Amino acid sequence: MSVITILMTMVSTALIYSAPLIFAALGGTFSERGGIVNVGLEGIMIVGAFSGAVFNLTYGPALGAVTPWIGLLVAGGFGLLFSVLHALATVNFRADHIVSGTVLNMLAPALCVFLTKIFYDGKGQTPVLDQSLSTFTFPILSKIPVVGEIFFTRTSLLAYLGILIGFISWWILIKTKFGLRLRSVGENPQAADTLGINVYLMRYSGVLISGFLGGIGGGIMSQSISLNFSVSTIAGQGFMALAAMIFGKWHPLKVVAAAIFFGISQSLAIIGAYIPVISKIDDVWFQMAPYLITIVVLALFIGKFYAPAADGETYVKSK
Amino acid sequence: MPNSSKLFKVLVPLTSVLAGLVVGAIVMAIFGYDPFLNYASLFTGALGDANAIGETLRELTPLILTALGFSIASTAGFFNIGGAGQALMGWMASVSFALNFSSLPHWLLLLGSIMAGALAGGIWAGIAGVLKAYLGTSEVITTIMLNYIALYLSSFLVKNFLAQDQSDFSKTIPEGARLRTPFLEHLTQNSTFNYGIIISLIMVIVVYFLIQRTKVGYEYRAVGLNDKAANYAGMNVKKVIISAMVVSGALAGLGGAVEGLGNYENIYVMTSLPDIGFNGMAVSLLASGNPIGIIFSGLLFSILKIGGLSISVVSTTPPEIVDIVIATIIFFVGINYVIKIGLEKLSKKKGEG
Repeated sequence: MSVITILMTMVSTALIYSAPLIFAALGGTFSERGGIVNVGLEGIMIVGAFSGAVFNLTYGPALGAVTPWIGLLVAGGFGLLFSVLHALATVNFRADHIVSGTVLNMLAPALCVFLTKIFYDGKGQTPVLDQSLSTFTFPILSKIPVVGEIFFTRTSLLAYLGILIGFISWWILIKTKFGLRLRSVGENPQAADTLGINVYLMRYSGVLISGFLGGIGGGIMSQSISLNFSVSTIAGQGFMALAAMIFGKWHPLKVVAAAIFFGISQSLAIIGAYIPVISKIDDVWFQMAPYLITIVVLALFIGKFYAPAADGETYVKSK
Repeated sequence: MPNSSKLFKVLVPLTSVLAGLVVGAIVMAIFGYDPFLNYASLFTGALGDANAIGETLRELTPLILTALGFSIASTAGFFNIGGAGQALMGWMASVSFALNFSSLPHWLLLLGSIMAGALAGGIWAGIAGVLKAYLGTSEVITTIMLNYIALYLSSFLVKNFLAQDQSDFSKTIPEGARLRTPFLEHLTQNSTFNYGIIISLIMVIVVYFLIQRTKVGYEYRAVGLNDKAANYAGMNVKKVIISAMVVSGALAGLGGAVEGLGNYENIYVMTSLPDIGFNGMAVSLLASGNPIGIIFSGLLFSILKIGGLSISVVSTTPPEIVDIVIATIIFFVGINYVIKIGLEKLSKKKGEG
């Protein structure tokens, strides 16, 4: 294999693994900028992965290649629906945000495996999807010498789409009236309320956006990486997305960069096989690497991170 | 009502359990399963004969320990989601100790294996404690990440050091390290019920006294309520954080040890984390961290888990329905504010009428 082919494989593998994290981490950013901690991202991703896989298997034969793309929207939709539980519990019913998020993480695998067994003859996992999100070669960009081959040939279109959504998220959060309101509710809900901002509505928006984006993240996992659904389709990616959100200081563009960083660490096991010296190392180190790297990164850089001031606090509107 | 707050302490979990069972029944009905038949087979499956009761009590044994571990951490204000990984490390260490020091006299071997489990769990949680104390790293994320590391590390260790010729499980632990005993096996028609339950019940008492009656427990509670005030009052907050996490992990590690020494009697390559971790957390949340309450809520969840196995024997209902019920119960525990308001309104109406 030539150096360029190796580099292309490394970059595209890293981007494929980054894509779900980018979407989920941006979702977490919206929720937390509005003041609702969302550790339920993992559960939301599970629901997204499951609903995407079921849609794909059901309509794949009829719809063909476009299936996984619609599957992503379906995954987002169910993720959003599922996140309503979290919004209801934390915004209306004053539940502890972490307890409620943990409930999502407990409920999602139970519900999705339960349904998988009902839909697919008692088996704990779905059959393999045949309409998957395959790699994409950009039409003109791929013709650029070297760079085109490394970054724009047989790569993950979704990762690029995620980066684009990162820019859109930045614009929404920082430049629009909605973004300003959402952030104000995450920083000082009392003051925002006094100014006539509907705190509950804003917080709902934040959580539901995180449900939609987290669901898409899950849909990407099942439709481009695991290619089926089982309990182990989502293994900590929701929490890694949260780590990326913290590492990216709740700023959409930095969050995207952090998500790509964690995506690279997730792809190490696959990339490692292509690099002569590293391929001798036992698999277990690569399997542990993304989790270990997450801890190290958070530990080393956390001192400089400040969450939105009212993040995790329940707001009770005074009568 | 003068005793209303005490009454609510019992009514809130009871309402949550009831709500969870009702939601479970609705889910079953939606998918065409008979909820009454299923709940009936669940309860006979968990309590129907001596063997079933033995299995349920065996299930309860590690759950009490992981739940106590979660409670200790929450007392000091930490959400230790890493019980599963800490239990797994404890399981690993206790079985390794038992296999490596099999020549030790019976009591020493047993005690050493149990202590090894507690130590390993304590160290594993201690990592998150140190990071929290000195660097402010969120324990929610670090303990979850440590769960996955424990999962891969333990399977690596089993494959490379404990398993014999290409198998994916270790040798069975020597006789001297077993927690099972002919007496209890005989009593419960050969169930896996074992002496681990004694460890669990002793720990309930120890944790109760630790939190309520000792200086250490007082410091945990103080830091949990307001770490700045605790610091101002002269407590070494960093030390308290680390100690609470280590004790929390040691209890989870004990939970893993009783699984290894009492239930499975070996360790194998696992594909997912042992569920005693997450279920222990649920047990503790339902009991709002109260050590005595943990026995009862642990018993309930053990009945659900063991009974759940026989649901799928009698009907085609997937056993995951039990996990849906458990998650729903915790959802209602989480929104206890609503339950309290509802109950208050209900009692007012009765008072007026």
